[in-house]
This record gives sequence, C-alpha cells and structure tokens, in this order.
Amino acid sequence: MNQVIMQQKNIAIIGGGPAGIEAAASLAGLGHHVWLIERDSELGGHLRLMFNLFPDKRPADEVLQEMLTHAQNPNIEILTNTQVVDCQQIANNRFALKTDKGQTLEADAVLMATGYRLFDAARKEEYGYGIYPGVINSFELEAMLKNNALKNVKGEVPRRVILLHCIGSRDEKVGNHYCSKVCCVTAVKQAIEIKRRHPDTEVFCFYMDIRMFGPYYEELYREAQEKWKVSFVRGKISEAAANLDGEIQIKAEDTLIGKPLHMRTDLLVLMCGMEADTDEPVAQQLGIARGQNRFFRSADNYTLYNNTNVEGVFTAGACTAPMNIIDTIANARAAAISIHNYLGCRS
Amino acid sequence: MWGFKIAKSQSINYDRNDKEIMRTVLDSEPSLRVCMACGGCTSTCSAGNLLPTFNIRRLNTLLQRGEYAQLRNELNNCMLCGKCTLVCPRGVNIRNIVLNTREALMKYESDTI
Ligand SMILES: Cc1cc2nc3c(=O)[nH]c(=O)nc-3n(C[C@H](O)[C@H](O)[C@H](O)COP(=O)(O)OP(=O)(O)OC[C@H]3O[C@@H](n4cnc5c(N)ncnc54)[C@H](O)[C@@H]3O)c2cc1C
Ligand code: SF4
Ligand code: SF4
Ligand code: SF4
Repeated sequence: MNQVIMQQKNIAIIGGGPAGIEAAASLAGLGHHVWLIERDSELGGHLRLMFNLFPDKRPADEVLQEMLTHAQNPNIEILTNTQVVDCQQIANNRFALKTDKGQTLEADAVLMATGYRLFDAARKEEYGYGIYPGVINSFELEAMLKNNALKNVKGEVPRRVILLHCIGSRDEKVGNHYCSKVCCVTAVKQAIEIKRRHPDTEVFCFYMDIRMFGPYYEELYREAQEKWKVSFVRGKISEAAANLDGEIQIKAEDTLIGKPLHMRTDLLVLMCGMEADTDEPVAQQLGIARGQNRFFRSADNYTLYNNTNVEGVFTAGACTAPMNIIDTIANARAAAISIHNYLGCRS
Repeated sequence: MWGFKIAKSQSINYDRNDKEIMRTVLDSEPSLRVCMACGGCTSTCSAGNLLPTFNIRRLNTLLQRGEYAQLRNELNNCMLCGKCTLVCPRGVNIRNIVLNTREALMKYESDTI
C-alpha cells in the first residue's frame, strides 16, 4: 500500500474575521501551519460588533466563541495587533512577509481574508449623518442592542424607529452600483429585535426591494410583519432633517400609493452597505486584481472562486463580495481546500 | 330600477396602446430604462410636493406603457429644476426625459392632425 506523506506547508492568512478564523481552522485541520495575522487586538472582525445573527437570532458572541474554539490548534499561530508591511514573491513560488513587529514569515501561500469596510454614511449628505444625533448607522444600532441602550436623543425609549435600506449600495451617486446583500435581512433582524424589547415602539423599513436571498430569510420577513407588526414602506427616503426637539423629519415617495410621504421619527437608522478596502497594502503590493465593484476578482466565478490572478494568493469571505457569515464560513472552507490542493500539486 | 352603463376599462391595454412616443423618448434618452422605481425623484420634486397629481416617477412609468393621456396635462408642471436628477441613484436624466416627452407629444399631435 502506498502511503502519502504530506509535507507541512506554511500559509499566511491576512485578516482574522470569520473568514480568516475558519480558513485557519480548516488548514490546520489538514495538517498545515498557519499564521493568522490580524491588525486589531482581537480576532472576530465585524462579528465582534454584532448582537445576534439572522436568520435564527443566535447570539453573535456564542458563534464567535465556537469558531475560536474550533481554531485552537497548535498549528495556528495567532498574530494580533500585527500588520504586514512588506510582501515579496521569492524563489519557489513562496512569499516573504515582513510584519510591523519585525518578523519575517516565509509562506507557501497567502490567503486574503481582509473583509469589508462599512460604507461611511456621512457621504450621503442628504441624511445628515454625523450632524443630527438622531441619525445613526446599522452598526450603531447593533451596539445599542448589544449594550441594552436603545435610546432616542433625549435618552428615552424611541417611539418610532425608521430603518432605511440601501445606503451606499445600489447607488451610482456614491459609485457603488452593487447590492450589499445582507442589509435587507439585517434590517428585518434589527426591526424584530427592537419590537421584541419595546412592543410600543413603531418600526418602519423603507425599502426599494426586499432581498431575502437565504434560507429562512423570507420566513423572518413574514415574522416581522405578522408577529412583530413591523411596517414596510416601498420608497427611498430622499432627505432627512432634524427639528428643534432632535426629532428627524423624513421625506420619501410612498411608491405603492404614488404620493410623497412625510413622517417624523426618533431614530433614523441607515442600513449601510459594504465596500472593499482598496487601501489594503498587501493586495496593492501583490497586484491582486479587483472587479468592477472593487472587491477581489476571482480567477473564475464558478470553478476558481478562491483563486486570484496571482499564483499562490487566494481569497476568502467578504473581501470577494458582500457575503453573510454562513456563506463566509463555507467560502473559507472552500479556500482552505483550494490551497491544500494547490500545495499538494506543487510538492 | 337598476341603471346600466358600460364602464370604460381601467386596465392598461398594452397591445392596443401606441408605442411610438415611448420608443422615441427611450431612444433619445435610454437612461430611463434603468429606473428602479425608488421614488427618490418624486419625493424630492418641488412640483410634486405642491401638486397632488404630479408624480414624475409615475408619469415616466406611464410613458413606458404607452399611456399618454395624463402626460399631456401633467408634464407642463415640471419646472425643469433638475432636483430629481440630483437624487436619482441610477443616474436617470429625468429632465431630459421630460423635455423629450413634451417634444414627442407635440410632434405626434401635429403629425396626427
Ligand atoms: C450591519 C451588518 C449586520 C450584519 N449582520 C449579520 C448577521 O446577523 N448574520 C450574518 O451572517 N452576517 C451578518 N453581516 C455580515 C458579516 O459582517 C460578514 O459576513 C462577515 O463579517 C464577513 O467576514 P470576513 O471575515 O470576510 O470579514 P470581516 O468581518 O470584515 O473581517 C475582516 C478582518 O480582517 C482584518 N483585516 C483587514 N485588513 C487587514 C490587514 N491588512 N491586516 C490585518 N488584518 C486585516 C480586519 O481587522 C477584520 O478583523 C452583517 C453585516 C452588516 C454590515
Ligand atoms: S440587501 Fe437590501 S438594503 Fe442591502 S443593498 Fe441589497 S437591496 Fe439594498
Ligand atoms: S425637474 Fe421637474 S420633475 Fe424634476 S424635480 Fe424639478 S419639477 Fe420635479
Ligand atoms: S430617482 Fe431615478 S431610479 Fe428612482 S424612481 Fe426616480 S428615475 Fe427611477
């Protein structure tokens, strides 16, 4: 019987969010050695900022803890508070990565798991984000839910909350034509959570299309309407302004009626989309190709999703496209297998 | 006694509607095709907030179904201020659509007299 003895390879993963953590766990499970490089002081990426997760409302901390436990493996070296300052291709298709801590890591493959940036809502000046305290973004609402501190500007439980979809997505005025995919269902998730805690608070979602793309999302939408009495208005708010009480006055077209609509609200929550981090230095140095949406471009959308234009450099998670955590985890595992096969081919 | 009268159908008869004006406008300003009906234009429109029947998003949709009756009366309310085009997330050139529709309607009417 032939016995295949695999040589242990070294993989540098850049970004320690859900994608990086899961890929690290999978690669270590396959016997490889991994450096998991995270610029923040802790792993978890955007998952750390969340209270609970759609579609089943599972606490975000619980999911993160489970993922971190899964990634406890002597083959994984976690380098937090670390950034790669230089990355060169060296002999034998390998990479030399210098960190800001003075280490040099020689890797057989690099996995980009750098995630996304939340759209800066201040760029949509018509909503007054950063000017009116009653206008907040979706992560600020998530933080209020996490800290049990859902308040209007007067410090009271809000009487009304409006969630406005498609901020910085599907909007050519800010250069983002694409749909960020997760914000519709995030709005539904957050609307339910507000109503669960404060049944007397009125909650409205202002949408252009409701995109419930994943399993059990449509059910969540229906639950929001039926059980939690969330109202849905089809129209994009065109402007918002605060009055002297700090209340926000909004203007939209109720497109299903065909009339302009005005409404006051205690809180206006902007459902910000995802943007690619085009300043990421490693990608710049390696010349990783980006698509029209500025996320990393796959070598092929069907068969080589996790491959890039640079041999030995792979991608996983939301740095490739707006993606939820479930898909991010699956995508990270797929990236691990792609890397494993690539390294196997070469030895 | 019961009165009988024949009610005029309220439905859009797309097959019977004349499509020439629609085609002329869509050819001269193809950006109308990418409208996603968000209502941003109507919401911000100065004329629409004052006049109960003037709804530019709806008028542009009527145009694309070959329903011109309302356009004739309504489109003159547009002040061509361009606010709608400023907010449109799809970059639809609404002002130009209004101008081209007015022109097409006028031409069509003089042609059919
Ligand atoms: C408001 C909102 C709510 C959401 N709610 C849900 C939900 O309920 N359920 C769900 O499934 N999904 C949700 N999502 C989507 C979720 O955030 C993503 O699916 C997930 O975070 C993607 O994981 P990631 O690892 O690819 O990216 P990220 O979470 O962005 O992680 C990337 C990590 O890489 C690090 N990094 C980046 N560049 C570098 C570098 N150069 N060097 C070192 N480190 C670097 C970052 O610091 C970060 O830790 C939500 C998204 C939004 C916007
Ligand atoms: S998921 Fe919904 S809110 Fe987000 S960009 Fe797409 S349509 Fe807009
Ligand atoms: S250009 Fe006409 S349709 Fe557009 S906002 Fe001004 S008045 Fe309204
Ligand atoms: S703002 Fe643009 S996309 Fe929205 S309804 Fe008006 S024309 Fe259509």
